[in-house]
Amino acid sequence: MASLFIAPILIAESTQELKTVRVLDETGLFTGQLRDSDDLEYSYVKPIESDDLTERQQHLEDTKADFSNSEEYALLYIPCGANCDLNYIEKSVQIFTQKTVSIGVKSKIQRQLEKQLERLKLERQGVDYAQIEGAKTSVNISNISLSGDEEKESFSELSTIVGMISGVLIYFFIFLYGSQVMRGVIEEKMSKVVEVIVSSVRPFQLMLGKIVGVALVGLTQFLLWVILTGGIVAIASSVFLGDLDPGQLSQMDPEMMEQAQINEGALEFFSMINSINFPLILGSFLFFFIGGYLLYSALFAAIGSAVDNESDTQQFMLPVTVPLILSFVVGQTILENPDSALAFWFSMIPLTSPIVMMIRVAIGVPAWELILSMALLVAGFIFTVWLAGRIYRVGILMHGKKVSWGELAKWVKFKS
Amino acid sequence: MENILEAQGIVKDYAGHRALNKVDVSIPSGSIFGLLGPNGAGKTSLIRIINQITGPDEGQILLGGEPLRPDHVERIGYLPEERGLYKKMKVGEQALYFARLKGMSTTEAKRKLKEWFERMDIIDWWDKKVEDLSKGMAQKVQFITTVLHEPELLIFDEPFSGFDPINANIIKDEILRLKDHGSTVIFSTHRMESVEELCEYIALINKSEKILDGKLSDIKRQYKSGKYNVEYDGELPASLPFEVLENKDGKAIIQIGQNHSPNELLSGILPHATVHNFNEVIPSVNDIFIQTVQNSGNHE
Repeated sequence: MASLFIAPILIAESTQELKTVRVLDETGLFTGQLRDSDDLEYSYVKPIESDDLTERQQHLEDTKADFSNSEEYALLYIPCGANCDLNYIEKSVQIFTQKTVSIGVKSKIQRQLEKQLERLKLERQGVDYAQIEGAKTSVNISNISLSGDEEKESFSELSTIVGMISGVLIYFFIFLYGSQVMRGVIEEKMSKVVEVIVSSVRPFQLMLGKIVGVALVGLTQFLLWVILTGGIVAIASSVFLGDLDPGQLSQMDPEMMEQAQINEGALEFFSMINSINFPLILGSFLFFFIGGYLLYSALFAAIGSAVDNESDTQQFMLPVTVPLILSFVVGQTILENPDSALAFWFSMIPLTSPIVMMIRVAIGVPAWELILSMALLVAGFIFTVWLAGRIYRVGILMHGKKVSWGELAKWVKFKS
Repeated sequence: MENILEAQGIVKDYAGHRALNKVDVSIPSGSIFGLLGPNGAGKTSLIRIINQITGPDEGQILLGGEPLRPDHVERIGYLPEERGLYKKMKVGEQALYFARLKGMSTTEAKRKLKEWFERMDIIDWWDKKVEDLSKGMAQKVQFITTVLHEPELLIFDEPFSGFDPINANIIKDEILRLKDHGSTVIFSTHRMESVEELCEYIALINKSEKILDGKLSDIKRQYKSGKYNVEYDGELPASLPFEVLENKDGKAIIQIGQNHSPNELLSGILPHATVHNFNEVIPSVNDIFIQTVQNSGNHE
């Protein structure tokens, strides 16, 4: 997970090798005007002073031949044409390369040329380019959230993303670990191990043990994941930001930042990370993951106990898959309207709340709603565990019978 | 002799079908007890109730005089007819797990397991996965885990099924050893030869009712009908005052009835033929089983 954050930055920085672009500028308007950057440098070839097109063509061919023998990356040819008309130049620039020029380099050169041409065009109309530059503005709105004691900068796109990711993860993990429980139940039933075990423990204990066991596996994975990610991000932030406290970042003005020589991208990135309320997000994630898992894994266990092989589970999977998929779909729609009635109800119903409420927590939700949803989820999983227990204790010892919903209902009522 | 187990008036219903109808069974301590009956009679239901896997709708079970309690599972060992092991788990580890489920400590269980594994010649398989074992070996492992915690009461449901004759014999010897060490053994089977060989007491269950129980020797005496096998050279006298039921190639079965002594038969034959073999026809458990079930009502 941490690598998803860090890797792009590292890769971007490490794969930069210096490329040289040879420029044959017949117009003389760009010589020396193209700015070198981290990965690109320009070297200028002196064009021949001649109005004869064939002579110029010959010079081009010579330069091309020369270039082919060199280590340089590309040859940029800016022709004059008949009379160095700006509109002509616009359409006639060519770049010669051994391999196809990369998109990044091409767009960099394009931008430089465009800027220069624009400037020239304006100047020829009599407009002072410096004035135009000065008038350019870029507005930056920074969003400060008034929660708690601190005013923290918050990023709405980010919270949406965090919400969606958490929701997806919970959806995914419930399916993953729930299926593991179901498969374990079926294996025990198929291999007849369960017949031996139930003479020592009660079926309910066996079922609960399995649910808790798989939960612990999931939690261990989650914990490792959190620790590893947290550790790597902490290390990375000190590498990229030095001694700076991420909290101070939003208070700095651009000049100070330039002086501290901080990579602009890393800066934005880490202030975004800092804006995420980790305790709340992680805590809610943990709660809804465990609660949702307990609720659904009980259902998975009950389904597993009712069938004789994995393919028979299909007919019972509907009440499990439909609410999960539904909560996922609803989760996406509530991103725009996190406080609508739809959002409210789906974040309360225990079948859908693990995902929907999790998303709302990332965006922002009133405390009382969160607490209510949590309480309902607890009640929900207590109910499904009880229900599953009554189906499980009958199902695991019953073979061969083709089970239907009605049959399951009967099992619930069997005397213990 | 005290009864280690008593089932009193057990009733068990499953969704409109009565599996056990007021069944009473008493198991004397230290005996080998055969629980017999046709398929679907209710034997497995009774066994499950004894093991607290399900509960009776009426009646109660007494273990050592006390009504059945959860901690009693540690005093009972059960080898079900349908049995299995976790395929991907190692043999030794798994045996240890089952032992601990029955309340044994790890160290004690490990020690005893190694002894048993040595004695049954499967010690080399301790670290292998169950799926690598042959069926016979897996069965041996299951037998061991059933008896390891030295329970007072052992219940085997079709213990010999799946065993080749050599291994079946090993199991038989182990059952006798366990009995000699003081355990009581109940086993449920269709293999009448094992019942003949091992059981002192039997109970026969048919269609949810107990139709026969008691000491095997007493039952056999009851079912005796005064028939005798005679193997001879020569001819049987025509004047024999007894009914000759079969007579071929020097082997005869003669009915003398309950009121006559076998000596009368002997003295009737002896002057006329040389008798090589003379014994009473004792009904086999198989015969008793069939006869009793047929007498008790329609057999499906």
